[in-house]
This record gives sequence, C-alpha cells and structure tokens, in this order.
Amino acid sequence: MKHMLMRFALTLAGVLLTGSAFANSELELQSFRPEYSNIASMQRGARDYMAYCSGCHSMKYLRFSRIAADLQIPEDELKANLMFTTDKVGEPIKSALPAASEQWFGRVPPDLSLVARSRGPSWIYTYLQSFYLDETRPLGVNNTVLPGAAMPNVLWELQGWQKKVAHDAAAGGEGAKAEHHGTAFESVSQGSLSPEEYKQFVADVTNFMDYAGEPGKRDRISTGIKVIIYLVLLLVLTYFLKKEFWRDIH
Amino acid sequence: MAIVPNPYKTTGALGWIDDRFPLTKMWRDHLSAYYAPKNFNFWYFFGSLALLVLVNQLLTGIFLTMNYKPGADLAFDSVEYIMRDVAWGNIIRYMHSTGASAFFIVVYLHMFRGLIYGSHRKPRELIWIFGSLIFLVLMAEAFCGYVLPWGNMSYWGASVIINLFGTVPFIGPDLVTWIQGDFVPGDATLNRLFSLHVIALPFVLVGLVFAHILALHEVGSNNPDGIEIKKNKDPETGIPKDGIPFHPYYTVKDLVGVAGFLILFSAVIFFMPDGGGYFLEQPNFTPASQVSTPEHITPAWYFGTYYAMLRATPSFAGTQIWGVIVMFGAVVILFFLPWLDRSPVKSIRYKGPIFKTAVGIFAVTFLLLNYYGLQKPSEFVTLVSRVGTIIYFAFFLGMPFYSKFEKTKPVPERVTE
Repeated sequence: MKHMLMRFALTLAGVLLTGSAFANSELELQSFRPEYSNIASMQRGARDYMAYCSGCHSMKYLRFSRIAADLQIPEDELKANLMFTTDKVGEPIKSALPAASEQWFGRVPPDLSLVARSRGPSWIYTYLQSFYLDETRPLGVNNTVLPGAAMPNVLWELQGWQKKVAHDAAAGGEGAKAEHHGTAFESVSQGSLSPEEYKQFVADVTNFMDYAGEPGKRDRISTGIKVIIYLVLLLVLTYFLKKEFWRDIH
Repeated sequence: MAIVPNPYKTTGALGWIDDRFPLTKMWRDHLSAYYAPKNFNFWYFFGSLALLVLVNQLLTGIFLTMNYKPGADLAFDSVEYIMRDVAWGNIIRYMHSTGASAFFIVVYLHMFRGLIYGSHRKPRELIWIFGSLIFLVLMAEAFCGYVLPWGNMSYWGASVIINLFGTVPFIGPDLVTWIQGDFVPGDATLNRLFSLHVIALPFVLVGLVFAHILALHEVGSNNPDGIEIKKNKDPETGIPKDGIPFHPYYTVKDLVGVAGFLILFSAVIFFMPDGGGYFLEQPNFTPASQVSTPEHITPAWYFGTYYAMLRATPSFAGTQIWGVIVMFGAVVILFFLPWLDRSPVKSIRYKGPIFKTAVGIFAVTFLLLNYYGLQKPSEFVTLVSRVGTIIYFAFFLGMPFYSKFEKTKPVPERVTE
C-alpha cells in the first residue's frame, strides 16, 4: 500500500510540475524574477514609469497614496516627482491622453495596472528591450515580443536604436545571441544609457509594474513566513497531543 | 419507538437543554460515543479536510460578498478593489480561490479512498450517492464562482460551458439564450450565476454534506481492511472491539491532518497564489471582452479530465451532443459504483492483482486526462484523450466482470495494524 501511495503522489507531482499552462510557446522570454523587496529599485521604477509611461498608460487601480506608503516616499517628494496629472494623493494614476486619442495609435493605450499579472514580469522585461527598426511599420519600429505593436519606442533616447539580425547571421555573432535568447539585435545608434544601465532601467520599471500588479505582495509574503512558522509549531504540538491520546490504543 | 427526551438523564443547565433539545444525545451519537475503526490510515484525513475547506469557502465567501459587486461593469473593478483597498482583501480572496482548488484535490483523494477500500459497498451505498451528488453540485458551484471575477477567461469559460446546452436537439439555441438571459454571456448571466453561487448551490451543498455524514454515522465508518467492526462487539458493553470513540481519538488525530494541510494550503496562498497559472489564470487578469478571445481557452484545472472527454468525442450525425453526453456520463457513472463492484471483499488489500492493476491504470488515466484536457488541441492530445476516455469507461463498465470472477484473499476477523 505504501509504495502505491508513493507512486500516486509522484505521478500527481509530475503532472502538476510539467510546464505552466500559459507558457509563451512561440518566443523565448528573458527570465526575470521581480525583486518584491527591493524598494530602491521600485522607487526608481515609479519615477521612470511616471516620466516615460504614464503619459499614455494609466494605472487606474493604483493610488498615489498607496505608492507613497508602500515605497516609503514622503508626500512632498511624491507630489514633486511623481504626480503630474493631479494634486490629490488619493487618486489613481491617470493617463494624460485626451479621450479622443484613439486614432493616434490605432487603439487606446491599455491600462497597465495588471499587466504584470496578465502577461508576467518576464514579458515586460523582454518587451521593453525588443523594439527594433522596421520600415514596414507606420512608426518605423516593431517589437519581437508583440509583433505589430502599436506603441512607438518611447525609450529610444535611453536605449538607442537597434535592428533585428536574421537568425543565420546571428549564429556567428555569439555575443548578441547570448544576450537575447532566440532573437538577436544589432545596435544601430548608441543611446544615453550604456546597455547595462538600460537593462537596469528596464528591471526597475518591471519591478515597479510587478508591484503595481499586487501592491500587497510584500506584506503577503512576510506574513506568510510567520504563518508557516506558526503552523509548523502547531503541527508539532498536535502530533504530540495525538500521540499522548493514542498511547493506550493498540 | 417514540423519542424520549433526555435519555441520559442529565441535570442542571445541561439537563434543562436536554429536556428540550437533544444536545447530549447528539454529542454522544456523533462524537463521544460514535465508534470508528481504530485502523484509519493517511487516506482518512481527506473527509475532515473537505469539511474544513467547505467552512473556509463559506467564511471567506461571506467576506468577499460584502465587497464584491455583481454586474458586468462592476465585477472586475470590485475584485481589484478587494485585492487593493479592502484590509487583508488579497489574502481573503486567495484563501477562497486556492480553497476552490484545494476542495477538488481533497475531494478527489477522498473519493479515491472510497474506491480502493470499498466504502461504497453495502450498506454504504447512500453515503456514496450523497457524496457523488456533492461532487456534482461542487462542480456547478465551482463553475459559477469561476465566472464571477468577470475576467476574460471567466467570460469565455462561461461562454463555452453554457453553449454545451446548445447541443440539445431542437431547443438548444433557445435554451442557451434562456440560461444566459441574453444572446451572449452578459450582465444578466453574471447576476444569475452570482445568485446560484452564493445562495442556491451552497445551501444544497451544506444539506447534502449533512445527509452524507448522517448516513455515515447511521451505518458506521468503513476502514482500510473493509471489515464491519459492528460484527465483533464486546458482549458486555456492546461496543465494537475494534472501535474507538471518534472524540477524542479522531478529533485529535484529524487536528494533525489539519495542521499539515494548512501548511501546504498557506504556502500556496502566501507564496504562489496563482498556482503556476492553474489556480488563477493569467488571461483572467484582463477584463472580460467579447472581441478578444484568449489564445487558448481552458476550463479550471479541476475540470481537465472531463473537458478532455468532451474534446475527444467526435461529432456524429451533425451534432456535438455526444461529447456532452460522454462528459456527463463520466460523472453519472460514479453513482452506480456500489452496484458495479461485485467483488466478495471490499478492500483492495484482499482483492487480486486484476483489480489492483485496474485501479492503478484508472488513477494514471485520470491524471493523464486531466493534464491533456488543459493542453492545446493537437492530434496527439486527441489520441491520448480518446484512449483515456475509453479506459475510464472500461474501468467502470468492466468492473462487474473482473471484480466478480477474480480470486480474492481471505479477510481477517479483526482489523489489522
């Protein structure tokens, strides 16, 4: 019976661990593990999100006051550096676009409160590094992660321009291939940030967006550790309680 | 026999109650003088755990309902309101969403326990039938709850499941419109599923759980040896020799199971509430949209086995109703298990190698179907699902034959271990 139970458990574990149901099959994303407790990175990410993204992309479920409380930003700094559309800290992040902006890009830029949960942090991290020059597109840029993306490359000043290298050619230039799994890019012009600095910039923004997906995540995890410690103690106590009660049962 | 008030002649405050309400009698009948076999093993934790998860769902559900707003324009926002602005709201929601998955895990294991130890056999047929009804209602309850966040997977999941009724001959399309209250899943659909989820189905579920436990306590628990402990009573006390009072022995033992379960349950809630995309699906973090279909529509993971059967059944004579019949039949066939099993012994411990092999193949098939039911359709997935569906039904329909003629081992007089 024991080994049958074991076999059953192993099969179950095998089935549950075989891949995620929604793995992105076509394109290999650069794996990114969000640092949910790196407050400095999330602060930088919040500043950069407000400077480069919030003009078009709202975060309608995230209030400024919540950002200030969670990311330890004093109210005067919050108002000076992050709040451009409102002076009420209880308001969420609204985009600065007028309502009739749909024809500008062909669609209204989506709200990004939950994009870290619907697409995942690795998707964001890769997406922001995968814009490349493509003359066939109306805005002259395309993205390997989201082909036909309506969004222009708003970060070109920082990243510089890059073009896509065909797969065969990329096989020789191994440096580029190691950088970007699957797709290789070649720099056309240098941006104001070095490639390493740009990667860190994208990581900061991704960390902030992961935070925005569930502001309570850090508290949840720190509470969870305490809960598990308590439950392990409870398990030990109940085990000995059971043993004591069952002493006379044979 | 008439009801005798206060049969145990208690006095004082307790006596005052017992004269009017069978408090002591109930305590004794169901806990302190309910004699359960002393040889319960690991598998016997899952009954009490299912009850624990039910209570978890009811309590967290109450608090979610305080803040949730049914309605196509409000539901998604109100779920994010719970996640962000309600104190501990994210934990309460994760307890409920993880609880749904945990419910199916413990219920599947609880049913498998019944299957291998013959807990469905005479005189426990009604316990099994009440249990099968609980499973059926639980599936309906889970489906309704899955729709409530009104994310894109909720929407398309609802659309797929409700459209199954569209395969009914003649009235199908009208039936779908009538169920939805609209031509596509919409505000009316969401409101009626909300009503079913928070009132009708939980009410039925709790009633069935009472019936399940009452029927169990009437005939007494089975055990891993499949022996009737009531056949071997102490002549003086009338207490089964292999029985021990449920309280305190099994209450303290179940506490160990509860603590162990809560560690795993909490680990998911606090550290991986998405369950790797299975407990909360990624597409459900975008609001319901009629115009953008998720890349790959799947039901919740716990319906994988039955969804695989639905997809595996080919359409025939111009209708796809056969898949619905096969899927529904796979649940209905469970009700007949007590009469399909003709083995002279109850427990797998005393059955022969054919039954053991059949159960093993069935368990693996069930898990494979569950896995492939969630994969993108392909020829290979269809093939595995078809073979799996045939094995699933062969296990039940062949049981009257292979269980009857197989040589079994002698069953001991008293429980072992």
